[in-house]
Amino acid sequence: MRILVYLFTGVFFGIVLYKSEAASWYRIFEMFEFASFHMYGIIGSALALGVAGIAIIKKRKIKPLRGDNMQLNPKEPGFKRYLYGGILFGLGWALAGACPGPMYVLAGAGYIPILIVIAGATLGTFVYGLLRNKLPH
Amino acid sequence: MQAIIDYISQPWPWYVSGPLIALTMFILLFAGKQFGMSSNLRTVCSIGGAGKFSDFFRYDWKAHRWNLVVVLGAIIGGYIGANYLTADVQISASAVEQLDQYEIAVNGYMPEALFGNEVFSNPYFLGLLTIGGFLVGFGARYAGGCTSGHAISGLSNLQLPSLIAVVGFFIGGLVMVHLFFPLIF
Repeated sequence: MRILVYLFTGVFFGIVLYKSEAASWYRIFEMFEFASFHMYGIIGSALALGVAGIAIIKKRKIKPLRGDNMQLNPKEPGFKRYLYGGILFGLGWALAGACPGPMYVLAGAGYIPILIVIAGATLGTFVYGLLRNKLPH
Repeated sequence: MQAIIDYISQPWPWYVSGPLIALTMFILLFAGKQFGMSSNLRTVCSIGGAGKFSDFFRYDWKAHRWNLVVVLGAIIGGYIGANYLTADVQISASAVEQLDQYEIAVNGYMPEALFGNEVFSNPYFLGLLTIGGFLVGFGARYAGGCTSGHAISGLSNLQLPSLIAVVGFFIGGLVMVHLFFPLIF
């Protein structure tokens, strides 16, 4: 039963990413060219609702339907890992035109070459695991 | 019914899409979970036996299997979107003009040169896809999250580390598109 909730949430999210065109390489390029408001509108409106909703959840101490507390764990404090990791991620995001969510969506949409990107991303994750102790965090 | 299908077959405007992405995050929160897509790549590494090489992959990945079900759903969602609700992407004229200089035609949902199957006979573009993917995977784990984990979940929760990460995403993206694209394409 719970597995169906996750599955349908994923289907919903996948359709939204596809139809919003946030999964389109062109839209990511356009965003970094500041050539359209579209992507900023998507992220901005998601954030406006997200900030308001989470503020209400915290204020009213709303509990999830399952589990004891909402998974709103604070991120570990730090600076270097977020900036350096973020920059590397951004370079890849603009080049491949896809971040992790859209990668899966594009695989479902039938773009076989995205499998190369997914393989690269899996390899990148693995190499990070190998180098983690040598990197500034 | 046909009218509804026609309506949702158009590209969805930002003020519909953004709130629906927020809704995705809230559904997962109410299910007692956290919205974040890149952690699945770590789970996949662990399932594949990466724990033999680094303790980063020795963790309770079974507790994250639910997220792989979300991924499966997203794949199905992409299939539905592309096959039943499709429409071509129309980006702004200035972006089309810029891409024209790179000889990247704006046609369909994705550029044919990079995401058409002809890319498999083009080692240069294949290399670009591999490097792009590698940076996304490496950078997401280094920064501890991606667009969903930091830009949506983290910022919604007013996390300073997420703000630093998102500033990084944009520095990287702007450098790629404005400094590297003219050299790459």
